[in-house]
Amino acid sequence: MRVASSSGQIALGFAALLVASMPLWAGAYHLQLASTALVAAMFALSLQLLVGGAGMVSLGHAGFFGVGAYAVHLLPPGLSVLLTLPAAAGLAAVAALPIGALSLRTRGFFFLMVTLAFGQMLFFLFHDTALGGGKDGVFVTRPALEVLGLALEVPRRQRPAVLLWLNLGLLVAIYALLAGLMRTGFGHALQGIRANEERMRALGYDTRRLKLAAFVLAGALAGIAGHMAAMTDAFVNPEMLSWHRSVEALLMVLLGGIGALHGPVLGAFALVALEDAATVLTERQRLVEGLVILAVVLALPKGLASLRVRLRRPQPMPAEPVTAVRP
Amino acid sequence: MDTAAFLAQLLNGVQYGLLLFLISSGLTLIFGVMGVINLAHGSLFMVGAYLAYVIAAWTGALWLALPLAILGGLGFGALLEAGLFRRFYQREHLDQVLLTFALILLFEEARSMLLGNDFHAVPVPAALDFSVPVVGGFSYSAYRLAVLGVCLLVAALMFLGIERTRVGSAVRAAAEKPEMVDLLGLDARRIHMLVFAAGTALAMLAGALAAPLQSVYPNMGDGFLIIGFVVVVVGGIGSIAGAFWGALLIGLVDTMGKAYLPQVAGLAVYLLMAGILLWRPAGLFARRA
Repeated sequence: MRVASSSGQIALGFAALLVASMPLWAGAYHLQLASTALVAAMFALSLQLLVGGAGMVSLGHAGFFGVGAYAVHLLPPGLSVLLTLPAAAGLAAVAALPIGALSLRTRGFFFLMVTLAFGQMLFFLFHDTALGGGKDGVFVTRPALEVLGLALEVPRRQRPAVLLWLNLGLLVAIYALLAGLMRTGFGHALQGIRANEERMRALGYDTRRLKLAAFVLAGALAGIAGHMAAMTDAFVNPEMLSWHRSVEALLMVLLGGIGALHGPVLGAFALVALEDAATVLTERQRLVEGLVILAVVLALPKGLASLRVRLRRPQPMPAEPVTAVRP
Repeated sequence: MDTAAFLAQLLNGVQYGLLLFLISSGLTLIFGVMGVINLAHGSLFMVGAYLAYVIAAWTGALWLALPLAILGGLGFGALLEAGLFRRFYQREHLDQVLLTFALILLFEEARSMLLGNDFHAVPVPAALDFSVPVVGGFSYSAYRLAVLGVCLLVAALMFLGIERTRVGSAVRAAAEKPEMVDLLGLDARRIHMLVFAAGTALAMLAGALAAPLQSVYPNMGDGFLIIGFVVVVVGGIGSIAGAFWGALLIGLVDTMGKAYLPQVAGLAVYLLMAGILLWRPAGLFARRA
């Protein structure tokens, strides 16, 4: 999986600064929207580790997002975010371990279906049992923004800004973690599995174990995204685990381009912006979203990233005219 | 335990399972023959159910919905195949997932534009609105028995069609050895269109049959789609027999679970699926590749 070039990283850095400066110039609505997009980007990025990293298309990834979100509901209220965040990641990883171990007995279409079914299982766990607090969802107390015992007294008015910065910081951290990981032997092995799993196994790699490690890590990162979604909205509901969410994350990955690590971030911002625009402009949000997805899969099978590449290098120019200009 | 109630639940389970078979046989054939994951299959089920609702509301003759669902499904399926799905046979699973997810959104939007977002009850046809005495003072809904009968009939016709006819052997060849189809001089395009059309018709028929058993409502296809996939996974992809026995098993476990262990009913079928996958990762009726 490609990590952004140095010029690309500068562009990403500028984008991050732009988002970070939003509290100076944007209203509360757009701060909330940006936080939503940042959380979506974290979630999509965690899925990219599976799809772009090792070629595993999971349809149940939202389950781990939901486990992370519901951790906020299940943990005692008033804890510091420094405790709840690792707890959410840990719970999601604990859920991902057996599900991954079972799902990875299968491949391709079966893997897709089995992850879908396990995702639904988690969905029903929170939808139907007393654990989740009801199918309509529950309001949760936000974990305290407290650092090492020093209570950060955040006035109510500045809370959206602090949440935005926290989300941005976590997204940057997850991005950096994955970018670093893709440069390690583990990352290269995953790439090898995506290209040709048989060959990797023949070379002596324990591909099932590598894929399981990626699955659990992706689950933990999705749990972090879910935790931040619960913290941003102060609300959790079973819809957070629905397979529609998983497909939306896949859409973000594909929209931004499977081959690049920054793809899901672009895709997440594009989709959140699109959904917001569709809601503002029309009542028919699904119509707009459906037609856009249809257009993307029909016209741009490699996502928005391929559009950029196409714009930059339209067609290789024939050599003759150039030599004709310079005799 | 109350024997009559138990028998009723048993029959409910079989009837639900046979309905699931109509849905999952289409899913498994479309994947087995074309390699396409059709998430919009549940939406086709919904189209069938709403068709039944509209027919019942306009004409009062619900039975008309059955031939219309079959014929309309064949035509609609052929159109979808030729217009969209044909381009996606060679594409990655992810692209197929997104294409069919887009279709779900568009179907839902069309439903909401044309028919609104309310729940609607569809009355059981008057001629079948009675109970049939079965054994020892136990009686059962005539409509449910009729659904059971229609599903069994369709299943029998499908097995005969696939096992005994030339077209059926071509479909089997396409599902089991796709590379053989061209060598045998069969028209793969026509087989693809036929399979897709038949799958669509079966899903719409299932929807029309199910409409009076439950209300018709937004997103109703969703639950049936997921459970249909569970059936396909449990039975083994591309296997009609697997879809049949898998559907009966899932139908019974789900119905019995809801009746006798309501606390875990939502999870029961998924736990069963997990157990079967531990035992046989490729499903109960998987062909050894």
